[in-house]
Amino acid sequence: MTTNTVSAPAPRTPIQEFWHYFSSNKGAVAGLAFIVLICFMAVFADIVAPHSPSAQARDALLLPPAWLDGGSWSYLLGTDDVGRDIFSRLIYGARLSLSVGAFAVTISLVVGILLGLVAGYFKGVVDICIMRLVDIMLAMPSLLLAIAIVAILGPSIFNAALAISLVSLPNYVRLTRAATMTEMSRDYVTSSRVLGASPLRLMFVCILPNCLAPLIVQATLGFSSAILDMAALGFLGLGAQPPTPEWGSMLADALQFVQRAWWVVTFPGLMILITVLAFNLMGDGLRDALDPKLKQ
Amino acid sequence: MSLLQLENLSVTFGNFRAVDNISYKLEEGEVLGIVGESGSGKSVSSLSVMGLIDFPGKVGANQLTFAGQDLQAMPEKQRRKLTGSDIAMIFQDPMTSLNPCFSVGYQIIEALKTHQGGSKKALKQRAIELLTQVGIPAPESRLNNYPHQLSGGMSQRVMIAMAIACNPRLLIADEPTTALDVTIQAQIIDLLIELQRKKKMGLVLITHDLALVAEVAHRVIVMYAGQIVESGPAAEVFRTPKHPYTQALLASLPESSSGKARLEALPGVVPGQYDRPQGCLLSPRCPYAQEQCHKVEPDNQGPLDRQVKCHTPLDSEGRPAA
Amino acid sequence: MFQFIFRRLSLVIPTFIGITLLTFTLIHMIPGDPIEVMAGERGVSPERHAELSAQLGLDKPLYEQYFHYVVGIAQGDLGQSLVTREPVMNEFLTLFPATVELAICAAIFAILVGLPAGIFAAVKRGTVLDHSVMTLSLTGYSMPIFWWALLLMLVFSVTLGWTPVSGRIDVVYWIDNTTGFMLIDSWLSGEEGAFKSAVSHLILPSIVLGTIPMAVIARMTRSSMLEVLSEDYIRTARAKGIAPWRVIVIHALRNALIPVITVIGLQVGTLLSGAILTETVFAWPGIGKWLIESISRRDYPVVQGGILIVATIIIVVNLLVDIAYGVVNPRIRHNR
Repeated sequence: MTTNTVSAPAPRTPIQEFWHYFSSNKGAVAGLAFIVLICFMAVFADIVAPHSPSAQARDALLLPPAWLDGGSWSYLLGTDDVGRDIFSRLIYGARLSLSVGAFAVTISLVVGILLGLVAGYFKGVVDICIMRLVDIMLAMPSLLLAIAIVAILGPSIFNAALAISLVSLPNYVRLTRAATMTEMSRDYVTSSRVLGASPLRLMFVCILPNCLAPLIVQATLGFSSAILDMAALGFLGLGAQPPTPEWGSMLADALQFVQRAWWVVTFPGLMILITVLAFNLMGDGLRDALDPKLKQ
Repeated sequence: MSLLQLENLSVTFGNFRAVDNISYKLEEGEVLGIVGESGSGKSVSSLSVMGLIDFPGKVGANQLTFAGQDLQAMPEKQRRKLTGSDIAMIFQDPMTSLNPCFSVGYQIIEALKTHQGGSKKALKQRAIELLTQVGIPAPESRLNNYPHQLSGGMSQRVMIAMAIACNPRLLIADEPTTALDVTIQAQIIDLLIELQRKKKMGLVLITHDLALVAEVAHRVIVMYAGQIVESGPAAEVFRTPKHPYTQALLASLPESSSGKARLEALPGVVPGQYDRPQGCLLSPRCPYAQEQCHKVEPDNQGPLDRQVKCHTPLDSEGRPAA
Repeated sequence: MFQFIFRRLSLVIPTFIGITLLTFTLIHMIPGDPIEVMAGERGVSPERHAELSAQLGLDKPLYEQYFHYVVGIAQGDLGQSLVTREPVMNEFLTLFPATVELAICAAIFAILVGLPAGIFAAVKRGTVLDHSVMTLSLTGYSMPIFWWALLLMLVFSVTLGWTPVSGRIDVVYWIDNTTGFMLIDSWLSGEEGAFKSAVSHLILPSIVLGTIPMAVIARMTRSSMLEVLSEDYIRTARAKGIAPWRVIVIHALRNALIPVITVIGLQVGTLLSGAILTETVFAWPGIGKWLIESISRRDYPVVQGGILIVATIIIVVNLLVDIAYGVVNPRIRHNR
């Protein structure tokens, strides 16, 4: 049989297919590119950053960005009130924000998956207890809950990260539980149960891989909210303490110079915005690429 | 003057031709059956008559007229005046075709109000009349019901009431019984035919159900992969099909297979966007296909009221012409 | 309908009890001796220690403490501020209207902008308009609002001088506190320019606080509209020959709004936590600023009470949203 010029596309491997959908979303690719760039800067901060984040140039206080009058090319984005290079502090800040994000997402992902699996697998009283807890946590705005936790444990980066991972738990628990419940009713789970698979094997080998897609998306979005919450806590003085180069606390320090030196305020915020936006763009792209419902 | 006349109507979505140069005529008071497999362009062609094909779909035709009025040339607003009043349509799945947020009465009255207007009381009275006409018991109380409180058959009756609200001259019924229980199907069809006769409407009946078409339709169109492969008076087409596809469709009816071990079926599936064959679209599946069929697309043969799109139309014995 | 409301209500009670447990535990999670921690660098004398211990009930067994706590809550008693010695409830009630006023204005801004933006994007899907709405709303969603506040302040207050930097009303006005809502009070006062001043003080904080809800509403409206527009009943409506705007506004929007209303309801949480940041930047005397100040002053009864109240408000609003959901959606109203 001869066919016309339009021929059916060759079947692709799942990864190729994923990349096909993902790369057709320009925003998602831009987000990914920025995340790769910023990860690179964070890892090699010691080499990339022109200055130490805490080095104070006494002769260059509140220097404007390089392209303005009075700026210096050795301080690309200008200096703050004690003469520290803003560009370098932003790079070191990226290291901090990304590590906090990674820490918070890992903790909440692991604990959330465990709780969700247990709730969805055993159902009954266990399920009710876990879900009630989740409901209570959801009734409180995450930032408020994080603030409360940090207020009790005392302000520090570690406590802030812990609080952030705790408040993002409910999302993962709910996702995993819902996915587990659907998978549990599928025939393949019943058949491996009949074959004598242990509950642990069922949970982690049979069920978990099948609910990974929404979890990956949620984790990406979790990264962005972790960075945002961390910056908010830092801004309120409940996260990183000065002189740590953290984006949120850099903003808090700069508050009093709003009128005199716009760059001290503008760049850290822009950095937060772009990073969070990049993660959100990538999360959206991942959701579209991983969600089979949207594929034709 | 025919009620509805299409000439070379095509509907394309990007590269894909959902409807490929079809032409047909429908007279006042006539019942036209359109049959064909899923995806053969039956629904899309009638949606284009209604003007309901959305971007990115494109409709093009040499002629598309309703009672002498050129539907393509008239402004959007004027065309909307026809849709819903003179031309009405009912759809496949009545359960999803009614808006769940509004009561039955609201939705019927809306159709009346859009095209005819009148006082609130008169509109309500007319809605009750309509519900009575479509055989819904206790119509006054049904007006305040919401669609989720109705059964499938009831919903379809409401859809019909809505469609006939403004006394249309043409009613298009797109598989009106497919989503319903078998016992309800006959009732709905009876209702449609009864209304058609009483109101002398033209009726386009789109369906999978060949037996039904044979029973109620004056004329029939058989569609395959967006094209009309055969058309003619219903009785004639079913008695002596000229197209191998029509023959195969009829052979696949349980009635024609009595005494045989299994139902006959045409091998293969309707070609999609990527596997449209050259030549006759049926050629890969056609038991009579010859060299020529794989290369050259056949023309429509015969007079407009009895056409067949085949190089070797079947004779009265059901054998291909040499 | 009453049965429906009753069922919803009975689901809320365990959650509320859980929250009282949580806020109760909070004060016991303070590492070390809570009173020492609360006193901080101020230090505390042994007498005051005993007095505070008795006042907070820390000398009794846990279950008894919890019992007293709950009984107190039931009577509207949330304890006393350690700093001002005022009952927490009173402090809350004086500050709450300011936050409500801000949150309502922010919500109005978010709905007025987000809803039409989402509808237009859905109706014009795939166009430049759609893409710009989506890009802008994702940017809004990713916005660190404390920075956004600073930025707007920098542009509109510092550079252009169009809006005041902070507070609720210009210091030259002395407005009687009648309702607690500055817009209403300044209007009632009849003082020339007072109302205008109150409005101008509200604009930036409302935009800042409304930004994230606006983005969420726009995105939700768009996706919900897109889904509804592909439904069969939209085709039916169009087949009736109804004008396109009527199809969108009457037939599509009514259905599309159902999930959007839920999302708007969920924004109350976002608004209240956003208020903490917004009020801090704009020196807005509401409960957000109050909570943050209490934390830095280690005024734990206030923190405890404040969180309890905020969580309660959110539960109540969610309950109301649930009920509103039932009113809009006849399927739910009838089935339960």
